[in-house]
Amino acid sequence: MKGSIFVQIKKCLSCHSCELACAVEHSASKDLVRAIHEDPPPAPRVRLEQVEGASIPLQCRHCEDAPCVAVCPCGAIEKLGPEQAVIIHEDKCIGCKFCIAVCPFGVVELRKDGRVALKCDLCLSRTEEGLLPACVTACPSGALCFLTAEELSKQKRRIAAKREHQAAQAADAQEEEA
Amino acid sequence: MSSKDKNISIDPASEQMLRSEATQDLELTWDRYQAMQPQCGYGQLGVCCKICAMGPCRIDPFGNGPQKGVCGATADIIAARNLARMIAAGTAAHSDHGRDTVHALLSAASDPNSDYKVTDGKKVRALAQEWGVDIQGKSKEELAKEVAEMSFAEFGQQHGELKFAQRAPEEQKNRWRENGVMPRGIDREVVELMHRTTMGVDSDFKSIIGQGIRASLADGWGGSMIATELSDILFGRPNPIKSTVNLGILKADEVNILVHGHEPTLSEMLVAATQDPEMIKLAKSKGAEGITLAGICCTANEILMRHGVPIAGNFLQQELALATGAVDAMIVDVQCVMPALGELAKRFHTKLISTSPKAKVPFANHIEFDESKALDIAKQIIREAIENFPNRKGKSTCIPDIRENMVAGFTAESVFEFLGGHYRPSYRPLNEGIITGRLRGAAAIVGCNNPRITHDYGHVTMTKELLANDVLVVTTGCTAIADAKAGLLNSGEALKYCGKGLKEICEAVGIPPVLHLGACVDISRVLTILCNILDQGGLGVGISDLPAAGAAPEWMSEKAVAIGFYVVASGVYTVLGQALPVEGAKELTQYLCEDIEDVYGGKFAFEPDPIEGAHLILDHIDRKRSDLKLSPVLYPVPYAPKTVAEAAAAS
Repeated sequence: MKGSIFVQIKKCLSCHSCELACAVEHSASKDLVRAIHEDPPPAPRVRLEQVEGASIPLQCRHCEDAPCVAVCPCGAIEKLGPEQAVIIHEDKCIGCKFCIAVCPFGVVELRKDGRVALKCDLCLSRTEEGLLPACVTACPSGALCFLTAEELSKQKRRIAAKREHQAAQAADAQEEEA
Repeated sequence: MSSKDKNISIDPASEQMLRSEATQDLELTWDRYQAMQPQCGYGQLGVCCKICAMGPCRIDPFGNGPQKGVCGATADIIAARNLARMIAAGTAAHSDHGRDTVHALLSAASDPNSDYKVTDGKKVRALAQEWGVDIQGKSKEELAKEVAEMSFAEFGQQHGELKFAQRAPEEQKNRWRENGVMPRGIDREVVELMHRTTMGVDSDFKSIIGQGIRASLADGWGGSMIATELSDILFGRPNPIKSTVNLGILKADEVNILVHGHEPTLSEMLVAATQDPEMIKLAKSKGAEGITLAGICCTANEILMRHGVPIAGNFLQQELALATGAVDAMIVDVQCVMPALGELAKRFHTKLISTSPKAKVPFANHIEFDESKALDIAKQIIREAIENFPNRKGKSTCIPDIRENMVAGFTAESVFEFLGGHYRPSYRPLNEGIITGRLRGAAAIVGCNNPRITHDYGHVTMTKELLANDVLVVTTGCTAIADAKAGLLNSGEALKYCGKGLKEICEAVGIPPVLHLGACVDISRVLTILCNILDQGGLGVGISDLPAAGAAPEWMSEKAVAIGFYVVASGVYTVLGQALPVEGAKELTQYLCEDIEDVYGGKFAFEPDPIEGAHLILDHIDRKRSDLKLSPVLYPVPYAPKTVAEAAAAS
């Protein structure tokens, strides 16, 4: 299933459910109660950042021309295809942190043990089976959604069209009144 | 799971309802449960705190984010405070029910015009004597008045010890006194628990749990026991009685009236009102053949125990009962009444009538119950139901033709009389059964329904597994209703599920292998029975010595948390099908599931699989048998006791 994760900022209530679900999805047991006892503890790949009273979940944008892929000296980061995930091959990663330095969003982190870089893998194992990414499923307010670029454009166009339509109607009404 | 999924219930009547046209466009519990998925992990783990306005705070269970709330509370402190407040709510619920019972008894004893009468003179005399009242030459009303006033005082008492707590074995009372958890007054322990868990008071999780235990003991050995014992005095001690259970008790050609909730004060009057010839005449004048009164949840259990009134279903059948379209009125009081009922009832001709001044429900007609006009109000309600019967005409109904026979009405006293015979009441045969190994032990399976688990599956599966392994089961509340629907309270039918030893005992004594002890508030009867078994002798000195355990495979209510704590603190090993919301607090979980046993003799285990849960209980019973130097179980059983080596390996 192709797509990217998008955020509707106004809908985010800052509950951190996306972080929790992400960590569980990337645990060995995939079960919350068991996962909290795992060593190393599973880490989330999505982070909630607070700015000026708003909270914004951030995760890898899976850039089409990803700087992290370009900068990686070991070929450890791979773009799987257009509108597909950028993933880190942990076995090749040497933990040089160049990817962290070049990421415009700060969504690449070093694993707690400092050995490899970590970031969102777009829940490949789920999306391959037609399931939505764990964070999207977990979001109780619908702030996170999983869409292709085309679907997103369409959605935005419809909003813009509605706006135009309403403006035109208002203008007509004004003319009639005059 | 949504209501359209398969395997929502193992109960054939509920399954039939869920598959039928009647429920296809209704929004039911399972649909709302599905819409709520995934549920919040912080809440599940107990590490979210909203006690003060510096929060809400949450602890990151993976250790990446904050490990302390704004005030500095750790996961253990936060989860302990949250849990303690659940105990406070549960204790408050049972005890407030008890308070209403005392009020009704006082009215019966002091007002000659009251619709209530003091029914059980023998029991009031015994209780007055137990509490040191001079009983010479006093009528049952005079004694009931004294007992009622003394019971009221238990709620407001500020120091000393609760009277019913004195029933506990010395060994257990000493544990409570040594740890400073002997309950002083019922209301006081709830208030102190709320105080201790507010911002910036008790910050030691074991100390918080200690007060939680004190409040829970004020429930089990206080409010709940008052509710049970005084209900017996007021309405009569139950005796074994036959009845029927499941949605099939509704009748197409009669006025169907369901009571739902927990308190017996109004429902006792409704029983009387439905038997009134004037009401039956009115029903016939409206074209009905008669009046069927039945119940849901524990109000149902209360009037089942004393009058054999049939039961329509347990907690997760409250909506399905309305969906039959055949209910002319559902009368609700307090506890476990889903707010969803009001909107659901609007889809049918059914009148939903709320009655408690404490509980109003959206879209329900409110006819407030007043004990001083009890029978008049009961008749008014029954009249409303009868007058609604003609509105059912021409509407489609769906009543599953499924019902089961059962025997209910067991109490601490009637078990006694059953076992030893009326002339020599004694627990001796029960203790002998355990000592010889015909009975491996005893278990109390209790609790609610919860859409997390297939409806009734936890109760019935665990009960059957224990019966097969020669464990006598006692039950209350929604578990009792689940087991009854599965035929396990049917003295003949149920024996086929029993191991050889249990079957021999049941046949010799003439009891079903699962004994229905009443409503969830009547788990206090289990405490009394455990004390009686110990008094009989031969099975140790403390409750924790007994080869016995408790379980709540499908619990959901805060009341179940209070019950869980008072039984654990009374020395009973307790298996919960749904973990307490503490698993994000590692030290607290370790304390509740292990270390607390050294302090009080009981501990919790969390096990969602009812077969695995039954095996935990059997392992525990076997350990206790071995500690008592009892021979292993007499006959071969499917889940054989572990050998010494196996037991050592398992621990």
